[in-house]
Amino acid sequence: MTSFNEFVIRFANVNGSGSASANGMFAKAVFRMGIPVTTRNIFPSNIQGLPTWFEVRASAREYFGRRDKVDIMVAMNAETYKEDVNRLESGGYLIYDSTRGRPRELYRDDVHEIGIPITKLILAEFSDPKQRQLFKNIVYVGALSALLNMEFDVLTSMVASQYRGKDKLIQPNIHALELGRNYALKYLPCPMDIQVTRVDLVGDRILVDGNEAAALGAIYGGATLCAWYPITPSTSVADAYEKHASRLRVDSETKKKNFAIIQAEDELSAIGMVIGAGWNGARAFTATSGPGISLMNEFLGLAYFAEVPAVVFDVQRAGPSTGMPTRTQQSDILSVAFASHGDTKHPILLPATPKECFDFAADAFDLAERIQSPVIVMTDLELGMNQTLSEPFQWDDAREYDRGKVLNFEDLEQIERYGRYVDVDGDGIGYRTLPGTHPTKGSFFTRGSSRNEWAVYTEDAQSYIHNMDRLNKKWETIRSLMPASEVEHRNGRAGIIYYGTTTTPMNESLSLLDENGIALNSLRIRSYPFGPEVADFIDAHEKIFLVEQNRDAQMKSLISFDLGIDPKKIVSILYYGGFSISADYIVEEVTEHYVVNKLPRLREVES
Amino acid sequence: MTFVPKPKARHPLLKTNEIGLTRRDYEAIVSTLCAGCGHDSVSAAVIQACHELSIPPHQFAKVSGIGCSSKTPSYFLGNAHGFNSVHGRMPSIATGAYLANKELKYIGISGDGDSASIGLGQFAHIIRRKVDMCYIVDNNGTYGLTKGQFSATNDMGSTSKRGVPNLYAPIDLVSLAIQLGASFVARSFSGDKQQLIPLIKAAVLHKGFAFIDVISPCVMFNNHEGSTKSYSHVRNHTEPVVDANLIMPRDEIAVEYEEGTTISVPMHDGSKLQLRKLSDSYEPNDRVSALTYVQKAQEEGEIVTGLLFLEEDAVDCHDILGTSDTPFNGLAQENLCPGAEKLVQINESLR
Repeated sequence: MTSFNEFVIRFANVNGSGSASANGMFAKAVFRMGIPVTTRNIFPSNIQGLPTWFEVRASAREYFGRRDKVDIMVAMNAETYKEDVNRLESGGYLIYDSTRGRPRELYRDDVHEIGIPITKLILAEFSDPKQRQLFKNIVYVGALSALLNMEFDVLTSMVASQYRGKDKLIQPNIHALELGRNYALKYLPCPMDIQVTRVDLVGDRILVDGNEAAALGAIYGGATLCAWYPITPSTSVADAYEKHASRLRVDSETKKKNFAIIQAEDELSAIGMVIGAGWNGARAFTATSGPGISLMNEFLGLAYFAEVPAVVFDVQRAGPSTGMPTRTQQSDILSVAFASHGDTKHPILLPATPKECFDFAADAFDLAERIQSPVIVMTDLELGMNQTLSEPFQWDDAREYDRGKVLNFEDLEQIERYGRYVDVDGDGIGYRTLPGTHPTKGSFFTRGSSRNEWAVYTEDAQSYIHNMDRLNKKWETIRSLMPASEVEHRNGRAGIIYYGTTTTPMNESLSLLDENGIALNSLRIRSYPFGPEVADFIDAHEKIFLVEQNRDAQMKSLISFDLGIDPKKIVSILYYGGFSISADYIVEEVTEHYVVNKLPRLREVES
Repeated sequence: MTFVPKPKARHPLLKTNEIGLTRRDYEAIVSTLCAGCGHDSVSAAVIQACHELSIPPHQFAKVSGIGCSSKTPSYFLGNAHGFNSVHGRMPSIATGAYLANKELKYIGISGDGDSASIGLGQFAHIIRRKVDMCYIVDNNGTYGLTKGQFSATNDMGSTSKRGVPNLYAPIDLVSLAIQLGASFVARSFSGDKQQLIPLIKAAVLHKGFAFIDVISPCVMFNNHEGSTKSYSHVRNHTEPVVDANLIMPRDEIAVEYEEGTTISVPMHDGSKLQLRKLSDSYEPNDRVSALTYVQKAQEEGEIVTGLLFLEEDAVDCHDILGTSDTPFNGLAQENLCPGAEKLVQINESLR
């Protein structure tokens, strides 16, 4: 039986062999044929030589979660060949370079084995060693176009546009594509039972990764300073900011830049620059990952206590310590929420899609200036570094930046006595002034040590308590400003909570569970501190599952801390292997819970 | 202890500067440092220098780290904003602040613990980045607030109050600053305001990173016999090599020096910086020879002071980055947000 537009293909390559652009081209071609796709780059902490995998999931149903087994394996790495063959679903397709023979024990009877003499084809046609290496990847893409029955001109036009200006690269690339395609058409059973056929399921959506989306959001949000220190998987946020700002933020006449990017000496310095700029009225951000957050702790506490806006993107990876730096996790939740010593807490934004990365990035700058405190946007490697289908970015030209409470010269003229930390409006947020505003009014000393409402140093207990309580009042204001959770009802008795990239496999999981008679209402957390809907959702269900990608159920702790909810009510489903959590895993864990506890699998409506 | 404001009453004969402000207008609250602390003399010198420069106090921004020295921005320029940040991290705060608004004058106050130990990395990198500021280290060789531990600038063999010698080699911030590319490097002594005030004035006006290492004795923990950072030791072992004198546009050049011994450097505001060499063999425009001289003297136990290195026509961080003339914090939304139409194109490029 032929299936259309519904498969997972995995490319097994060697790091540094030039496979990324060929694999990316394949994914884009499927996308351009109107099929929803997502990609996953599974790569080592290495520059050249170690195994790397690239997965494309095409799904008309828009199931984008990782799957343990794949339908098509393009096995180009001898070192991982055995493992790769074993990863195939029964009935799947194995595509391999048949130039040299394979050991008999690596054959599988239950899959289709498709050998293509890729090396042989290349050796005959190309003499340049670099091209011989690179075009192996292009050859299998060409062969796949025939095997999957793809429109060939989608690929050729992509080559033409990709190498526009470097025209002499176009012909050899197309030739390599044709080599693979023609071989497949002539010698292989084309098309296979898995096929791609043109549909219009993509609409106006785009294919982009979360880091690029966040960088664009920072540009649209008015960030003028990016101070950062290189760390996987956040580096491409700074790279993308530089790439786009160099086009979007340069004065056409003077050629001068309305932005600055500073590669700092470490993360301490990066966040220090962000705080210095924020104090002085410019929007600034840094992008980092867990180890960087650790280093920024002292400064984040200063910004919380001294009340200085700052935006931080934490693209999480697998910790602790260096952990698995090229693997994904959601394990910085608690260290970010409470980053620093003393009674410190920070608001968190939790995007789940590239579109949301863009929106939350832009919103974070308004929010940080409104609340005069750091705002941390938490994504992870899965969302940050992988291209996935996304709603297009949108910007309303009528939108005006919220620069928060900042007094200008005229405002200060009207004021008898200015006090930086006086809670004039009763929302816990005082009025800032920027250096240089007024000759005699509005200056104050910003410090991490205790002070009274007038920003004057004091160790008086009452003043200290008053200030700490006001910060808590501000916390409630912050709560009212955070994006609310998304709730969906499916007539379930139990509910399931998730956030960030745990969202990706969730639609598939919920459908599968529903087929098994387990209907779950769902809540996707989008921010912390939590809105009232989170407590309401938990209260309204007899059982709550909370799915997250860390070992210690960090979000459960945070919910318990912030809402005073008994953690015993929450059943954690935890995955922390460093790959993104799969739909199957969630289904198995939830189902297991029902089986072990002998719970009835009834929907509310049927009971 | 909270704070003590200074009385507002002012003597009618107090001298006003070009913009009609008296020295009082450059002061702030009363210092809470120990009586006789060198740092208070540095604060007084900053006040005097800024007053003489006739720059409105609110056009300064004061930044500091943590420690006795870093408290002092509270005690000068009360009408300027100040930021007492995190231990050793003032340079990054200064860098961010300067990137946000290039139009203010930045004075950073740090200490030897702050800049030579916990913040040595940030100290080195702010120099590399050529942030346009006046960076002063109140250098007393000791940790005062934690009761007298040695700092990294303390000379080997210099003793603690209890007579215990320091066993580790000192870090010389002046040598580091010269080596790392600072365009203005000076050393002075808190007890020599004749030398210090002109240096601060010149450092404030200098475009680029200006560093002044001010030996500023700690009367409580490092002013005893055996200490090389005591008032008496510094007085007896100082070798001034280059005097700096800032000639404001309105001033007539009062003193004519012998030809060949002075260098006149035009400053961006129209004033002139006049350097007078006190030592024939000293070359304040030659990084390598200046460094050699300073280090040689240090080996002999002498402290070279004055304007030790000056690079004319220095560039600063904003020049390197090619940033807009309008300060970042003054850019309007229309200069920052590319708008919906551009986003449509970006979306299209992602299909």
